[in-house]
Amino acid sequence: MDVAILGVAQTKYDGKKEDYNYAELVYEVTTQALEDAGMTIDEIDNIVTVSNDFWDGRTISCMGVQDACGAAYGEGKNVSTVEGDGTFGILYGAMRTLSGSYSTTLVVSHSKGSEGNSRMITNAMFDYIYQRPLGLDAISSSALQAREYMNRYGVTEEDCAYVSVKNRKQAMQNPYAHLGMDLSIDDVLNSRPLADPIKLHDASPVSDGAAAVVLGNRVVANKKGRKPVWLKGIGYCSDAHFLGDRCLAEAPALQKASHKAYEMADINNPTEDIDVVELYDAFSYMELMWLEEMGFCSKGDGKKLTRRGVTAMDGELPVNPSGGVISSHAVLVAGMARVIECALQIRGEAEGRQVKHAKTALAHGINGPCAQSHCVMVLSE
Amino acid sequence: MSSSGEIELIKLQEVADLPYNWSAGKYGSKFLRSLRDEKRFWGTRCPQCGKVYFPPREVCGPCFAHIDEWVELSTEGTLTAFSVVNFPFIDPELGEKRPVPYTFGYIQLDGCDTAMSHFVNEHDHTKLWRGMRVKAVFKEDGQRVGNMQDVLYFEIKENQ
Amino acid sequence: MGQRVAAVGFGQTYHRSRRDDVNGIELIGEAVRSALEDAELTLDDIDAVVIGNMDHFEAVNYMDNWSVDGTGAFMKPVFKVTTGGTTGTTVGIAGYHHVASEMFDVVLAIGWEKNSESDTTGAIITCSDPIFDRFSFSGALPGLAVEASAYMKQYGVKEEDAARVAVRDRRHGALNPYSHLQSEITTEDVLNSTMLSYPVKLLDICPRTDGAAAVIFAGEKKAKRISPRPAWIMGTSVRHANCYFGDIDYTANDSLKYATRELFGNVGIKEPLKELDLVELYQPYTFAGLKWMEYMGICGPGESPQLVWDGVTDLGGELPFNPSGGVLCTNCIGATGMLRIGEAAMQIQGKAGARQVEDANLALATGFGGTFWTDMMLLSSRPW
Repeated sequence: MDVAILGVAQTKYDGKKEDYNYAELVYEVTTQALEDAGMTIDEIDNIVTVSNDFWDGRTISCMGVQDACGAAYGEGKNVSTVEGDGTFGILYGAMRTLSGSYSTTLVVSHSKGSEGNSRMITNAMFDYIYQRPLGLDAISSSALQAREYMNRYGVTEEDCAYVSVKNRKQAMQNPYAHLGMDLSIDDVLNSRPLADPIKLHDASPVSDGAAAVVLGNRVVANKKGRKPVWLKGIGYCSDAHFLGDRCLAEAPALQKASHKAYEMADINNPTEDIDVVELYDAFSYMELMWLEEMGFCSKGDGKKLTRRGVTAMDGELPVNPSGGVISSHAVLVAGMARVIECALQIRGEAEGRQVKHAKTALAHGINGPCAQSHCVMVLSE
Repeated sequence: MSSSGEIELIKLQEVADLPYNWSAGKYGSKFLRSLRDEKRFWGTRCPQCGKVYFPPREVCGPCFAHIDEWVELSTEGTLTAFSVVNFPFIDPELGEKRPVPYTFGYIQLDGCDTAMSHFVNEHDHTKLWRGMRVKAVFKEDGQRVGNMQDVLYFEIKENQ
Repeated sequence: MGQRVAAVGFGQTYHRSRRDDVNGIELIGEAVRSALEDAELTLDDIDAVVIGNMDHFEAVNYMDNWSVDGTGAFMKPVFKVTTGGTTGTTVGIAGYHHVASEMFDVVLAIGWEKNSESDTTGAIITCSDPIFDRFSFSGALPGLAVEASAYMKQYGVKEEDAARVAVRDRRHGALNPYSHLQSEITTEDVLNSTMLSYPVKLLDICPRTDGAAAVIFAGEKKAKRISPRPAWIMGTSVRHANCYFGDIDYTANDSLKYATRELFGNVGIKEPLKELDLVELYQPYTFAGLKWMEYMGICGPGESPQLVWDGVTDLGGELPFNPSGGVLCTNCIGATGMLRIGEAAMQIQGKAGARQVEDANLALATGFGGTFWTDMMLLSSRPW
């Protein structure tokens, strides 16, 4: 695949960025990503914005960012909008570059979760006849999944707490992170229950933020001189929608997506071939589940990797050196943040949290209830 | 099945109340503060093309240039578009019907290159035309809170 | 780099003002099955799905996930693309890139809207900026009224000229079994219809429709196997400038001008009136059917009424516009742009039945929405 990441930028993730409206956040990361890529707006052939009308409280909310992302520049640029996690935006941006239509693509995402009611916004993702009236939202539905997974594979709340402790502590090394904190296992276990078995410290916050990446084809990548980070493999897949149609303890869509990404990237043994993983841990149980489904260990053994320190910064397979989604969760942006962290790691620019010899990385994003849809990307130098 | 043999089709009705708390941002906040405290309008001017924008904004789209120059705008302007709205509908912000008829218009304030949208106090469309001069009418001191409805409406200037 | 792409199948629902007999997922399923049937394919042949609508109309968040039972995206790659009124064409363009990138060979692109389930006016109002515009925003009408009246004033164009556009589109729609509005009208009918905002009257504007449309795109090798006459995608262009409605100059349509310039420039079209065989124009109201022809370079400023009266844009004329009946006959917003692409593809494939344009080799499909945004896609019987 001849598409590389040439520039990246992200805001610091905060609980409330009241000084900025979302267009201003987009402008900030757009200009910074361009600078990072050593490019001007003239050199951007087309743009993909990533946003969500419910999170923004506005129909066609992408309208608000056209000036800020450069789509109105000069006589205007070709632009489109993906509504879904940032990984899907990057994926579409990669398609538009690989199609030969454009040699450079800017992908920019934003989310100000503080402006809306996240319970109601996520309640709206369920079908309105059978599931929405139950009051399901991201937290309560994920709690169902957590419980099924934990029951089936003998995973305890303490096993999950290890993830929270690891990632939140790790977030203290990431200047962009929202919640960096030094927790103990007991801190997590005693934290306020949200929806059993999910407690406060098992759950990601809702953050405000924005991020952008500049993609380019091989010709541009070679010219630009900066260390390009190549997209080697992409896979994405959606499971069924009705929770009752799914076995929530399994994630066949993630299996399929990761297999496709591995196949494209020539990954035969994920544990050996991949140096660092940034996965979408919206809740602590998710890190365990996703590691298993992506083939890093057998089902139910994710907890062993964590307890043994395999997924710690100094372990054999560091997972979420950024602190992960559980530490910073600007919805939609978070998947892009995973890709950005992977790019920084591969470039050797992840100050304070650099994984040694990070040559090949995996970034993962999710979309929909109980991670109905997954996107997996393999990146390397 | 009813006696006529038709199948009953069921529909589920819901009124969704989604609360939001939007940030006006630094530029929007300055405009709204000035409106609330001083009854003055401000726009921002692009350093490259010189275009003056309302609502005030950080970026000039066509130039992709950062803007930090503020220009005071007049509280008078020209009506560039209007429509006398006669069909009642539920305002999504209030959850209630907007009283009709009302006149919605785009007003290009003197000094500005883009238009502000607001209400106009004339509802007879034969008495309105593009190019009319209009003037902002504000809420009283103490009543303005820092939103666009601190301007009650635009009134048609006399003798046109 | 990349592979050539063609549209090889098109399906749509029978468009109506209300489809109470189906929920949204079922509505989508109808269009998908229709497209698969048209291309003689099954779901197994589909590599990926891309879909769009306008969220707040049906009040479903993450709609691409919600609709998998209807789209066939279960255990397949799927994501959502949405850009307001231009959604249908935006999704079509995404379908093109899915295949052109060589990531997939056969892709299903779907647009849909179940307007009857929504508070359409309320939802549209929420597209305006919440701080500065929303309290007063009252929809597209004032802008369109300005565009129309300024145009009339500048070139001496009359309301009857615009009415003739409606007569044409309704006549075409009457030949289209899928069309929402299927009855012909006269210029008198249009002129006598309720004045909404001078000079725009009720019969000058589009209806509100429940409907879905799906187009199947395929890469070169597969396209040739699937269809005896694939509709090749020659090029696309998109201009989505303007953040605020007050930024729009209603006496110009820059997005259309620049999008046309890019598309025709890339493909080498210099005389669109001669070179194009048909146009499926996203024409939200009649006056656009006059003025926007001029922005596309089909004729000079002020000249379009004559072309329309001479029958140049009728079926059988030199450059038929909206042989499907267009947006004035059917407007299921998220699908409307997709219908333009699908209808253009059908024409090239020779499948348009009673509304077939003779020698349809080069067809233009456009999308419109938001703050005067424009999307375009050019389809041809010959690959490039």
